[in-house]
Amino acid sequence: MFSTQLAIKASVQVLQKLVPSAEGGRGFSFPPINTILRWKDVTPGINKVVIISILSAVIGTVLFLVASSKDARKAPKGSRNLAEIIVEFIEKNIIMETMGKSGMGWTPFLLTMFIFIYLCNLPGIIPFIQMPATARMGVPAFMALLVWVVFNATGIKHQGLFGYFKSVLFPPGVPKALYILVTPIELISTLVVRPFSLAVRLFANMLAGHLLLVIFALLTQALIQAETQRFFLIPIGILPFGLLIFLTAFEILVAFLQAYIFTVLTAVYIGGAAHPEH
Amino acid sequence: MEALTRIAQVSARVAVELTPAELKANSAAQMAGLAYGLAAIGPGIGIGMIFGKAIEAMARQPESAGMVRTTMFLGVAFTEALALIGFVAFILLKFA
Repeated sequence: MFSTQLAIKASVQVLQKLVPSAEGGRGFSFPPINTILRWKDVTPGINKVVIISILSAVIGTVLFLVASSKDARKAPKGSRNLAEIIVEFIEKNIIMETMGKSGMGWTPFLLTMFIFIYLCNLPGIIPFIQMPATARMGVPAFMALLVWVVFNATGIKHQGLFGYFKSVLFPPGVPKALYILVTPIELISTLVVRPFSLAVRLFANMLAGHLLLVIFALLTQALIQAETQRFFLIPIGILPFGLLIFLTAFEILVAFLQAYIFTVLTAVYIGGAAHPEH
Repeated sequence: MEALTRIAQVSARVAVELTPAELKANSAAQMAGLAYGLAAIGPGIGIGMIFGKAIEAMARQPESAGMVRTTMFLGVAFTEALALIGFVAFILLKFA
């Protein structure tokens, strides 16, 4: 009788170890998503993400104001050199490749967009800040809506309301019978999928990178601060730490690439709306 | 024999003790992993093909490398969007 009770007690203990308890216990556990993405509100409505996006707007503006106040006739150096490199990159690699010479008037808009997104992405890897402002849906969704309004307005301005929707819904060079298929697809892909995919691409890329960094940082901490089998677990903890450093370097590339892709797609959409024949 | 039946009863009780909310969270986590895994297959193949063809084109005609690179990033952006929508589905299933 006594042994039966002992056996039941032991089996319950084993089962309680197998079934996760509510409080989690020691070791590796992923914190709730709100502690990763939100932190405490400084005042209602203002949190870390808001501060980062305001700061990045201010830094970008100040950089270009300082650069424009320098003497344009001297050889550029310092901030003016940096600003000229960025402007040249936008003009040569984004506008000339997608819109051609007639799109040069769009340089200020695309430049502002590129700088703002890049500076919002970059805090994801800066130590002690480590939060890309674009990893929350607010900033990318607003930028994508802005792009949607701009490229539709450009199309209506250049081709007229009727002409623009005719070129969007009934693309030339398609057999007449196929318009039954093509028109609904074009309607959805131009007016719904374009802004949605622009916003989701930027948001999901930055969020995925942020979560990766969080996971490998947590894994490193859990292994190095292990309480049992320390001889075995602490050397293994070096592996996720190495990968963490590599991923941090990779995130710099992603931050640049996402800003570049967002700007290039904006240029393509605007170019396509202004000159449908290309 | 009696002990074995008791163990079976206890284990059945522990398994049943999961509340409906926990069961839902469990199946949501499993489905989230499955959703992202399935969503990553196609775009993975697609991005590989895009980069491979772009490298081929650049090797054949190095003078057109700039144009090829811009078009390549455009294609990658469109293909990658599918995988990223899968990632968003993962986040929504797991955390929302």
